[in-house]
Amino acid sequence: MRTITEVSERIVETPSTVTLRFRYAPSALPGQFVMIWLPGDDELPMSLSYTGESKGVTIKAMGATTRAALSIPAGAPVGIRGPYGNHFDLTPKRILLVGGGSGTAVLAPAAEAAARSGGSVVSALGATTAAELLFLDRARGFSETVEVATDDGSRGHHGFVTDVSQRLLSEREFDAVWTCGPEVMMRKVIAAAEPRHVPVFCSMERQMKCALGMCDACALGPYHVCTDGPVFPAPQLAALPEFGRTKRDSSGRKVPL
Amino acid sequence: MVDLRTTVAGISFRNPLWLASGIWGESGNSLKGAWDAGAGGVVTKSIGSEPRLGYPNPTIETYDKWGMLNAMGLPNPGIAEYPQEIEVARSAGATVIGSVFGADADEFAALAGRMAATGVVAIELNLSCPHAKGLGSEIGQDPDQVRDVVAAVKRAVRIPVIAKITPNHYDVPMLAEAAENAGADAISAINTVRAMAVDVRLRRPVLAHGSGGLSGPAIKPVGLACVWQIYERVKIPIIGIGGIISADDVIEYLLAGARAVQVGTAVAFEGIGIFHRLREDLSTRLAALGVATTGELVGAGHRGAGAA
Ligand SMILES: Cc1cc2nc3c(=O)[nH]c(=O)nc-3n(C[C@H](O)[C@H](O)[C@H](O)COP(=O)(O)O)c2cc1C
Ligand code: FES
Repeated sequence: MRTITEVSERIVETPSTVTLRFRYAPSALPGQFVMIWLPGDDELPMSLSYTGESKGVTIKAMGATTRAALSIPAGAPVGIRGPYGNHFDLTPKRILLVGGGSGTAVLAPAAEAAARSGGSVVSALGATTAAELLFLDRARGFSETVEVATDDGSRGHHGFVTDVSQRLLSEREFDAVWTCGPEVMMRKVIAAAEPRHVPVFCSMERQMKCALGMCDACALGPYHVCTDGPVFPAPQLAALPEFGRTKRDSSGRKVPL
Repeated sequence: MVDLRTTVAGISFRNPLWLASGIWGESGNSLKGAWDAGAGGVVTKSIGSEPRLGYPNPTIETYDKWGMLNAMGLPNPGIAEYPQEIEVARSAGATVIGSVFGADADEFAALAGRMAATGVVAIELNLSCPHAKGLGSEIGQDPDQVRDVVAAVKRAVRIPVIAKITPNHYDVPMLAEAAENAGADAISAINTVRAMAVDVRLRRPVLAHGSGGLSGPAIKPVGLACVWQIYERVKIPIIGIGGIISADDVIEYLLAGARAVQVGTAVAFEGIGIFHRLREDLSTRLAALGVATTGELVGAGHRGAGAA
């Protein structure tokens, strides 16, 4: 069953990203996702960027539907089902957060929960350019330190966020790394953390239809991202030839990422 | 000890609990996963000639544990890329049944030939797909088309051919008879029951496609009636499908005339572990009933056996 609810607030986060807030009662844990239906258009899987009773999703313009989603006004009806999938394990105390682009959306509520329960968070955020850095202020709220990287050098390190996270890993001790972003980025994060024996948890994104572990649309190796994920421990991913290389399109064909 | 081994159309299966088409069946890894979880056979997603994206979302409406509505729109990677997926499952030892769909008899026959070449043990024909001639009806609703498709496929392949029957017809057994007369080796019944969901607030259908197919426990009584009636009209084996979530559901289908069964929607409710549980529960239940093989129960309901 879907719940039809109204967008209570629409926040423009960056030129290409908006957050839609809405009331949706079922309880959710950081890392989980919902299926959000824009009536008359598509239904999409979206990780929750806010997991309290007033929930939220943060949408980046990628395809036609996500672009349409950016112009959804406050008050518009949306259909929500879920939450689905697993969540971040909040027991590690010293967290390194590595967010690439809109990937920070799913990490923020997890980091907030960790900080609330006495954990410490160091954040490395990356984007193409300064204006596209997502949740920079929010990250300052839950992090001990925030470091940024931009592709064009308009803010912070001029280059990859993985350069920053690699340095942080060598300077400090962490109990876990939480990361979400392009898969090539996450691959590099894993490669840097592995020799230091810091466990890495990646939030993965794949095409979804049922979100119930049935239709196979989200198949990733032996896993279904909708039920076995979206949060995967690095060793599960590192073994998969498709990680960072291919995904399946809507027909189930393997296509390059 | 109960012996769960089952033979259908000359092929032996380690148990009568198969994975239904369209569930965990698109990728080879998932087929392998269902096999490793204990399924007696795994049916692939229905595969067509070309890659097909399917309908846009919403493709699913969920209900409490009584059912599910879907209009996926037959998404599939196409037959050219599919052998590599089947190979993943087959090399893990899985008994794979290849499901195909086409727009007419020629397309079905060509697809079945290519599917047979992948090493599947049997072909299942998904007849619940739109006619090439259009008009919105399904091939499987027209006994003449069923006959033509089955006959063409039988000429094209040597492995057994299973015709999967729609419940959306006033005389379902007639469709099964048409398949049998054209040479089908077995019948699977049923596919989903036509249904839809409408949202009051939005005043519109929920599924992007409008209507869809109902599956899950709600349709078990429909499936049982279809299998029962088909059993009275054809001699070839029947594979019962629709709403199976428990060992007793399986036994009900056996009594109605099914030789094996397929499980679909229940995988969404319980996970793929359902195959292990069903197998254990079925063994326990059959032992308690004093039954040594599932074969003893096939069609027994028609003879009133045990009705004291
Ligand atoms: C999501 C979904 C996809 C399906 N896709 C197919 C398909 O590709 N081919 C087919 O013959 N049947 C398909 N079916 C029908 C099932 O194989 C089965 O006949 C039906 O769901 C009834 O069984 P159940 O109640 O155990 O789910 C699909 C069913 C569902 C729920
Ligand atoms: S989206 Fe259907 S199995 Fe994951």
